Amino acid sequence: MTFLERNFLDIRNLDLMARGDSWPHRLDPRVKVLTTMIFIITVVSMDKYSISQLIPFAVFPVSLLAASGLPPGYFLKKILLVSPFALMVGLFNPLLDQTILLHIGSLGISGGWISLVSIMLRFTLTVGAALILIGITSFNGICLALEKFRVPKVFVVQLLFLYRYIFVLLDEASRMSRARSLRSLDIKGPGIKTFGSMAGNLLLRATGRAERIHLAMLCRGFDGNIHTMNSSSLYLKDILFLLGWTVVFYLLRTYNFPELIGNGVLNFT
Amino acid sequence: MSHHIVKADTLCYSYPATDCGIHNISFSITHGESVALVGENGAGKSTLLHHLNGFLQPDSGSVSIGDYPITQKNLKAVRRSVGMVFQDPDDQLFMPTVLDDVCFGPLNLGLAPDSAKNAALHALERVGAAHLVDRPPYRLSGGEKRSVAIATVLAMSPDVLIMDEPSSNLDPRARQRLIKLLMSFKHTKIIATHDLDMAVDLCERTIVLHKGKITADGATLDIFQNDTLMNESGLIKPLRMQGCSICGQDPERAESP
Repeated sequence: MTFLERNFLDIRNLDLMARGDSWPHRLDPRVKVLTTMIFIITVVSMDKYSISQLIPFAVFPVSLLAASGLPPGYFLKKILLVSPFALMVGLFNPLLDQTILLHIGSLGISGGWISLVSIMLRFTLTVGAALILIGITSFNGICLALEKFRVPKVFVVQLLFLYRYIFVLLDEASRMSRARSLRSLDIKGPGIKTFGSMAGNLLLRATGRAERIHLAMLCRGFDGNIHTMNSSSLYLKDILFLLGWTVVFYLLRTYNFPELIGNGVLNFT
Repeated sequence: MSHHIVKADTLCYSYPATDCGIHNISFSITHGESVALVGENGAGKSTLLHHLNGFLQPDSGSVSIGDYPITQKNLKAVRRSVGMVFQDPDDQLFMPTVLDDVCFGPLNLGLAPDSAKNAALHALERVGAAHLVDRPPYRLSGGEKRSVAIATVLAMSPDVLIMDEPSSNLDPRARQRLIKLLMSFKHTKIIATHDLDMAVDLCERTIVLHKGKITADGATLDIFQNDTLMNESGLIKPLRMQGCSICGQDPERAESP
């Protein structure tokens, strides 16, 4: 298996997880999407040097993981896989921002390092929450929720189709790259020429398939509207979930609990 | 008036900037008939099929479903009565779950969600795929995909079934099951296929296409026994009509058990 296959086909496992049956799974998709959105916005809105105040936010993803019984290791691996992107964002902070903000013994820690750590923390929290959201809701559930939030249908349908056919396309791409590597023996990696024609070929195949899918849709009376069967209704527990977490996020945003607790301990002694 | 009649009248179509296509195709298929459409690769089978529910508009000539020729205006009615099963089920199963997919047609026809669901469940039961209801299409095996693809079409209760290579990419057992399933349908059927053994099982009538023209139209067994015709059309007899290359027995001389 190529790197591509191993890591992307693995996304399907998220969908399998979403078929579980725990209380977070059973919540209305809308509520989960909204709560996660509030969570992400709150985390992102924190001050750029905040570290201690960010840590308690982990209570949201961790408690969802615990309640839904999803394997934490899987999510950690996925987060690690995309972490280089976040690292790139903050990589130069330690060089650009050299004001010393903190002293540990005789070691001065600059603002750049602190903001880098803060970026990585935020990244872990938000990406983790988003992945867990898919793991307990399924991608289709999220799309349905978006539709209920009046996101224009075109976008929702695009997302649904993207998710349905990305696997078919990846399959085609990996078959092609396997066929190439089998016939290029010792040569490592495709040359720019081969790569170009492979990409072109893939594009043509994708357009061909899109055409056939459109025909198949027309064949069954498609008129621009996609009707889905799922009807969901909000229950009290859904509302409580949303309100409860919003209050928690608000408190975590306004008060720095680790600092309060630390001060408390200091005053007590 | 019946929707079950499919009629082509001096149908011509050529793809832009090439000379391939179909020329002067005429036939009439009546209620309940099951017709095999055979021919080598590139003979024009798919092109012809694409005319039967209005994907392609003929350059000249016409196709009628029931008593009316296909026009832009009645396209929707035509597509309702002509169900098409595609060669690659992945093209046909585009919704998130099997149920959503099978409901897609009925919902587009304007059925209420409940009756659409009933129609879908009924169709899935008919093809023996009721247990797959909640699965996403990419988690199905080839045979299951094919069954569900057929169910998506059945759910719209079409009068005419058109299939493009239904037995391709199936393992022998899945192929057997498919043949049994298709035998149980009372619809008018048009099956484009390279699987001539299946054609013998399913279709009493065969139309042979060669380079875009009809070279024969008649009883399936008569056509498959006509060696010169088969050769000229680039076809090979179905396996069970060939002599056995291992025991050397000629099927025409062999006594039926």
